[in-house]
Amino acid sequence: MKLTLTHTSFFSLLLFLVSPFAQAQNTGMNLGEIHGNFQTDMQYYNADPSIGAPAVPEKTGMNGFLNLNYTRDKFSAGLRYETYLGALQGFDPRYKGTGILYRYAAYTTDELQVTVGSFYEQFGNGLILRTYEDRGLGYDNALEGLRVKLHPYKGVYIKCIYGLQRSFMTYGPGTVRGVDAEVNFNELFTSLASKKTSILLGGSFVSKFQPDAGTGAYIVPQNVGAWAERLNIHREKITIQAEYAYKINDPSFANNYIYKPGEALLVSASYSQKGLGFSLSGKRVDNMDFRSDRSASINNLEINYLPSLTRQHTYSMLAFYPDATQNTGEIGYQAELTYKFNKGTPLGGKYGTNLLVNFSSVSGLDTARLNPASDSSRAGYKNRSYFGFGQKYFEDFNIEIDKKLSPKFKFIAIYSYQTYNKGVLQGEPQYHTIYSHIGVMDLIYKFSDTLSIRFELEHLYTKEDQGAWASGLVEFTIAPKWFVAASDQWNYGNSIVADQTHYYNGTIGYIQKTNRYQISYGKQRAGIYCVGGVCRTVPASNGFTFTIISSF
Amino acid sequence: MNKRFLLGITFALLITTVLSAQQKLQKVPPVDLKTMDGKAFNTRSISNDGKPIVISFWATWCAPCKKELNGIAENFDEWVKQTGVKLYAVSIDDSRNSAKVAPYVNGQAWDYTVLLDENSDLKRAMNVNNVPHTFVLNAAGEIVWQNNNYTEGGEAKLLEVLKKVAKGEKID
Repeated sequence: MKLTLTHTSFFSLLLFLVSPFAQAQNTGMNLGEIHGNFQTDMQYYNADPSIGAPAVPEKTGMNGFLNLNYTRDKFSAGLRYETYLGALQGFDPRYKGTGILYRYAAYTTDELQVTVGSFYEQFGNGLILRTYEDRGLGYDNALEGLRVKLHPYKGVYIKCIYGLQRSFMTYGPGTVRGVDAEVNFNELFTSLASKKTSILLGGSFVSKFQPDAGTGAYIVPQNVGAWAERLNIHREKITIQAEYAYKINDPSFANNYIYKPGEALLVSASYSQKGLGFSLSGKRVDNMDFRSDRSASINNLEINYLPSLTRQHTYSMLAFYPDATQNTGEIGYQAELTYKFNKGTPLGGKYGTNLLVNFSSVSGLDTARLNPASDSSRAGYKNRSYFGFGQKYFEDFNIEIDKKLSPKFKFIAIYSYQTYNKGVLQGEPQYHTIYSHIGVMDLIYKFSDTLSIRFELEHLYTKEDQGAWASGLVEFTIAPKWFVAASDQWNYGNSIVADQTHYYNGTIGYIQKTNRYQISYGKQRAGIYCVGGVCRTVPASNGFTFTIISSF
Repeated sequence: MNKRFLLGITFALLITTVLSAQQKLQKVPPVDLKTMDGKAFNTRSISNDGKPIVISFWATWCAPCKKELNGIAENFDEWVKQTGVKLYAVSIDDSRNSAKVAPYVNGQAWDYTVLLDENSDLKRAMNVNNVPHTFVLNAAGEIVWQNNNYTEGGEAKLLEVLKKVAKGEKID
């Protein structure tokens, strides 16, 4: 099912898109607009046995993409050219070569939108359908086919999708079909329009079809259906949301070919007013891995998205041991409080102080494995109690203070205590649970309107795994064009003295309007790199990295 | 470094130079977003009676984004008085964090119109690579200025642009 265009056809298409635009500029006619963005990352690798960075045979790696979007009134079209001429280390090696895997044409009016080609879509919270991309992580499960969005009546929104999913440089074997409807009662009934309480109700159905080749050990369902219902209630300062999803039996590689149906529940409630916000959320996931290819693994060909209910950290030591949703089963909750101490109060000082407190906890489900000899339906396991907590997977208590002390000086301070079940979260049962205390100080001092310096000091203390780490970064910014940064991460607490490595790095960046050029040299620690809840394992590396980011 | 690496760099530089040579005014494409209370919102509804508009892409997990928006919030009353500006803060948080957006925004006491772009549809349509990315729109709703990074004190530059836009002056 290879649908990749050839190079020749790509350049003809590019010329076709660009030429009327060039003419339009010359003649002043409305022939639409063309815009896009571009990014490339190139790395040059040195072998470095001291950190376990292997020799890379081709010495370099390069990922790049160019998006072009053309719009003219109600019509739009676009494509993305991607190239992986030796994908960067850490990307799936199935990203190989060049191609146009993303291309679309769409027609949009107030009542109707039709898209043919590639598209990204999400139903509700994504529990049964979400296709999206994260180029930095090499994640892209776009659908290729047809989408129709309808707005037939006030307050009623309908979406229909039909397509194949992207799998690296090709498409997966399973067809995905789905429909989603949402009703906003306050828009639908004029009598409710002025009511303080607003209610939204939504429902969706998704089905995948993949033929049973008959070569496996089991007879597997060729059509797998999943449905979800959601409710959103909002009244003044309070919002309550809930979504429940169910999937019929779907034996797959990910669930070890068991026939138990799947379920997911996501609930959240929040209260907020000026200066104060509080939210509480909970979820339960039970055998809800859903893919358009039953034999797919890792992050490939996922149809749905099960969000992790933990704080998404970005400082490196806080994200050292990151949570990842276990699609096969987990239960957890999260609470978060934000509060602003006003200017002029004892804790607010002259400029006010922002406080954030967050707690999250994730455990396995309370289940009992069924004896295969008596488990004739091959359900795999049973739930001992529906909302019971099993083994702990992850926990994070963190507190953040954000404070401006003077017009020139600001800081952010964070403390976090994390529990990380490495055996479960990295799928390697021989590992123990890791308990870590992490402290972060981010200090910014502004010399003038254009010159500033930032220090990031981080410390991670643990007795387990590789022991304690210290990390420091200093960044000079000469606004608006230049920045220079140097950093070091030092594993000084490693019990093996020879492994007390320094991972130093230097970066220079130049910004010219909406173009950004960056070159860095240093050592990259092997670890897990996550954005938006999706993680990728990055191997150790040593070398140069050159990046260009542009949007136009 | 080998030749292929240098060749690659040269090619990439060439592409960006050629592409950035064309700078035409662009309007915001029509995309469905959500408000913080879950209602559908189409970007066609973005308007400010002929006064300047800022569209700022951010996320709850993006420290520079929050620095930028908190920096603007300190003097936002004054900005509104001077330029009549309206700021749309478009959060690209997905369902992992989108329920935490409203408590965060209110906790910070922001006076912005906050919209949710849970699956990055507007981010993609406006060719945003990374957050933060800020756009300034003129009276006709055309994008006249954009910036795709945050630097300490960048608010001063943004205010300068808004003052010009409010007066109907051209931005270079």
